[in-house]
Parts: sequence; structure tokens; C-alpha cells
Amino acid sequence: MIRLENIEKVYRTSRVETVALMNVNLDVKEGEFISVMGPSGCGKSTLLNLIGLLDAPSKGQIFINEKAVTSYQDKYLANVRNQEIGFIFQSFHLVNDLTVVDNVEIPLLYRKLSNSQRRQMALKALDHVGLSSRVFHFPSQLSGGQQQRVAIARAIVGRPKILLADEPTGNLDSKMGEEIMNLLIGLNEEEKTTIVMVTHDKRMAERTKRIVRIFDGRQVS
Amino acid sequence: MLKNYIKIAFLVLKRRKFFTFISLFAISFTLVVLIVVSAVFDNLLAPMAPEINKGRSLTIFFAEMRGENSIWNGNPGYKLLNDYTRNLPGVELMSIYSESSPAISYVRGQKIVSALKQTDGEYWKILQFKFLAGSPITTEDEKNANFVAVINQNTQEKFFPGQSAVGQQIEVDNQRFQVVGVVENVSQLHNAAYADIWVPNSTSKNAAYKTELMGRHEALLLTKNPADFPTIKAELAARMKTVEFPTEFKKEYEQINCFADTSVEAFSREAFSSQEANPHPDRFMAILIGLMTLFMLLPAINLININVSRILERASEVGVRKAFGASSRTLVAQFITENLILTSLGGILGFVGSILALELINHSSIVQYGGFQINYRIFLYGIIITIFFSLFSGVYPAWRMSKLNPVEALKGGSLR
Repeated sequence: MIRLENIEKVYRTSRVETVALMNVNLDVKEGEFISVMGPSGCGKSTLLNLIGLLDAPSKGQIFINEKAVTSYQDKYLANVRNQEIGFIFQSFHLVNDLTVVDNVEIPLLYRKLSNSQRRQMALKALDHVGLSSRVFHFPSQLSGGQQQRVAIARAIVGRPKILLADEPTGNLDSKMGEEIMNLLIGLNEEEKTTIVMVTHDKRMAERTKRIVRIFDGRQVS
Repeated sequence: MLKNYIKIAFLVLKRRKFFTFISLFAISFTLVVLIVVSAVFDNLLAPMAPEINKGRSLTIFFAEMRGENSIWNGNPGYKLLNDYTRNLPGVELMSIYSESSPAISYVRGQKIVSALKQTDGEYWKILQFKFLAGSPITTEDEKNANFVAVINQNTQEKFFPGQSAVGQQIEVDNQRFQVVGVVENVSQLHNAAYADIWVPNSTSKNAAYKTELMGRHEALLLTKNPADFPTIKAELAARMKTVEFPTEFKKEYEQINCFADTSVEAFSREAFSSQEANPHPDRFMAILIGLMTLFMLLPAINLININVSRILERASEVGVRKAFGASSRTLVAQFITENLILTSLGGILGFVGSILALELINHSSIVQYGGFQINYRIFLYGIIITIFFSLFSGVYPAWRMSKLNPVEALKGGSLR
């Protein structure tokens, strides 16, 4: 489903060259749920951004569905992100001016769908995460756990095959973190969604099928 | 998609009310000023009653006599126009009339100052006044020095409130005239047509005007075709070389010139105090458009700055939209649409403000009988200005927004 070959990411300024990732090779099978662990600044999020096509590698190839995507232009990559990938962020990144349902509809705005189709799909995704009663609330009216559920609804509304979660429980207390983790495991088991999750939390990582460890930009396991 | 853009646009406007107020004020105030200026120039230069034939008319309102040590600038005299500018090639009708001058009347013990103009019969054929009653001054009236007058609506109300003026007598500068017609008020900006009272040239108190090379008259030439303008101007210049100076001028002056100008040339001549055959209307128009553009640029640049600040506020949203499939082009379209909505709101406020401002000017005495209005041309200018504003202030920030790196944007964003 996801294949990374000899990935290298170097950030260059006029003075400094920072190696964020070096010679990373990773193969994630369809329906797998893996977690990426490592200390702060080791390159976990960079790896997730590369898989999510939000950033381009300095070297190496990324394959999504066996198709090398590294050299494509913005429009093609935007379409891949829209159709194949859903993102969950540590700090939720909900648009505060929009209601819960409008936030969830965002990925569908970039597909050819009618207003009623979009609304129907968004309501279904919110139902899936147990937020049917908060549809017209604004993010600021929700708890952290509820906001992350909205973010998950937004990530799954377009039924992507891949979910990329960057510390999805990092801003939540342990009870809420558990709830979010249960939701992700449910998505993986019931919908066969491939999930790559970056986490610091060993307990959460152990609930996934495989752990990839990164240290100083290198893959150590 | 569009519905969503509109929704977001209004939400963003509501979010930072002070920014929104500044933006809307800048757009609408600029538009009010530009629309008022456009309305004034439209009134001045575009063909409209009574000067509906402006497109194929020329006016001679400036003459210059030169000698080795002397220059005399001003209006041409009746003699110069009558003896040397008649029957120019391609001219269908020609009228000689005086510039308007103040004339005093007393009505029921009250002093009334009116703008008086002396005309011939052709004047009423070239200019299409809207008659509310009666008929114009004729060539016969001019020939026979009939003491007849055409007055405007305002004069009728002052002299004969609530009555019909036609057939009644008015006394102006101690001369009595019989009113033969009443016309609608004409704006002071329509120099050839403007007056309160019109009487025949031949009713002047003394006949000295008939011998003047320099004086207080003007000529209006209605041509068959504007293509004849260069021929007419060339012939006029040639005729000026044949002018015979009266003995008293021969010592001081050697040559005389007068020029036949289009409405834009006439305005340009006055604006530049030009004494050349070509008063450079192109230069005048370039300066005018340049000034208007400059006036528009300053608030537009301000709006660009506000828009760029707003992008930074929305960096996270940009990152999210990119992450979920928005291409750069889609984001540019979104931001331009949002900006178009903002500028359209400013445009609507601007139009409302312009209508109020023009009403205010019309009811003040800044320009007598101003009659400024937003016609279809002004409306079109307003739309063009609004679109220019929208694109100028929206495209660059939208492009910057679309270039935001999604990873940076999600972290809070910085513009590269």
C-alpha cells in the first residue's frame, strides 16, 4: 500500500544542512496498522509528512498503491491526498469559524459531489465517531476528545484507504486517548483502513500491529 | 463549492471586524471619489442634451493676438468669427454666441442675478434644448433684433412662480424682452449651452461687438463628419493669416490665431492654459487616468497588506485544505472569490455613497444645475474599478497563500 525506498530528507539553508531522515525503507501492507516511535526531533513527523505527500523527499521514491508519486505536480498530489489519504493531527486543526459538519465536509469540497451528498456523507462520518448530537456546534464548544473525533470524522469522510495520524492522542488525557485509540483500531479492523500513527506513547504503540522506530533520522527497527 | 466559499468569506469578514471595516471603507471611499470624478467628467465630455452632437462639434472659444512685445489672449470677438470662420469646409451649421455674463433684474423688489447669453438662430438648431414651453430664438429674431428671450425653468420659477412665462415680459439689465420659450435647466459645466436667459446677439446695448477681433464671443461648428476636423482646423489656421488688423492694432500686433477644439481639446486647453494649435488632449487624458489609477493604487496596496495578514491568520486552515486535497489553483480561486465578495460589498457601499454624494453636489451650489447622475457609463466605470480593485488586491495575496508550504502552514505558517 505504502512503500518508501531509500528516503532521505535534508533541510538546507544558506548556512546549515540538517539531515532529517536518512536511508529510510518502509513497506506498509494494505490493512496494516503501524506506529512510528522515536524521541522528539528524530524525524517521525517528517516521515509522516512525506508519506502524506505534504513534503517531498530530497532523495528516494515513495509509492502509493504501487505508483511512484514523488515526481508528480501539485494538482496530481492534491488529488491523491484527497482520494487516498486522511490526516489526523495532534492539535486537531479544525477551522474554528466552521461548524462541526462544515469542518467534516472539507475534504469533500474537492470532489465532484452535490451539497446534499456531501452533507449526507459528513453526517454519516460524524455518526461513526459518535458525534451526531454535535453537528452544528463550533469546535470551541467541544472538549478536546470531541474535537479529535471531529478530526477523525473529517479524515474518514472521503473513505480514504490510508489514515495518517500524527500523535492523535498527544493532547488528550488517558481516558480520551483510549477512546480515540479504540476508534482507530475499529477503523483498521472493520474498514480495513491502513493506518500509520506517529506516537510517543508506548502503550498506544503496543496496541498496533507493528512498531517502526526512528532515531536521529535513521530507521532502527 | 461556491456556496462554501461565500460562507467562509462572510465568516472571515465577521471574524476581524476592524480589518473588515478598514477594507470596506477603503474600497467604498475610493469608489465614491472615482465615481464622482467620473460623473463630473462624463457630464463635461460625453454627448448629452442639449449638447447631443458633441461628437461632431467643434468650439472656437480661444483666440490669441501676438506682436513683438504684446500678447492678447481671450475669447474671440464677433467680427473675427463672423468674417473669418463662416463656411468652413465640412461645416453643416455654425453659431456665434456670447459667453454667459451676469445680468441683473428686480422682481417684486428683489434683486435677481441671472446668467445671460446672446445667441443667433443656428445656436438652437445645433444644441437640442428640452423645451418645456414655447419655441427657440430664430434667425429672423436675430436679423430683426427682436427683443425676445428664452429662459430656463429656474428663471421661470423666480420671475413667474406658478405661472406660464411664455408671452410675458421680463426686464434684464434695463432691457425688456418677451419670453418666447422655457427650457430645462442646463448644467454650468456645459459651457456652450449654459445660461439662465438667452436673447439674440443683435439686442446688445451697443453694436461695438460687431467690430471686435477679440471680445467675448464663441462659435459652435456642427460638422458633417468628425473625419473633417483636420481639414476644418487647417482651413481655419490658413484664414487666420488673412485677418486684417484695424489701424489701432497694427502697431502692436502682427498675427492672430484661434482654434477649433473638440470637447476634450477644449477642456485640455483650459486645464493646461494651452495656446498651441494642439492642446494635447491625449496628454490630458493620460494624466487624468494616471491620477485616478494612483488614487486607486494606494488603498489597493493597503488592502493587499491586510489580505496578506489575513492569510497568516488562516495558515492552519490553508494547511488543512491542502492536506485534504485542495490544489494551489483551487486555493487561489477560493481566495479570489472571497476577495471578490469583499470588494463587491465595498462596491455596493461605494455606489450608494456615490448616489448620496452626487445628490449632495446637485443640491449644493458648487456647480449650478449640476445634474450629475450615475448613468450606464458611470455604472460600467464603477464595475470596472471594483473588478480592478478586487483582482489587484486579491491575486497577489492569493498566490502567496497558495505557495504556503502545507507543513509550515500546519505549524502556524510563514510566508516565503
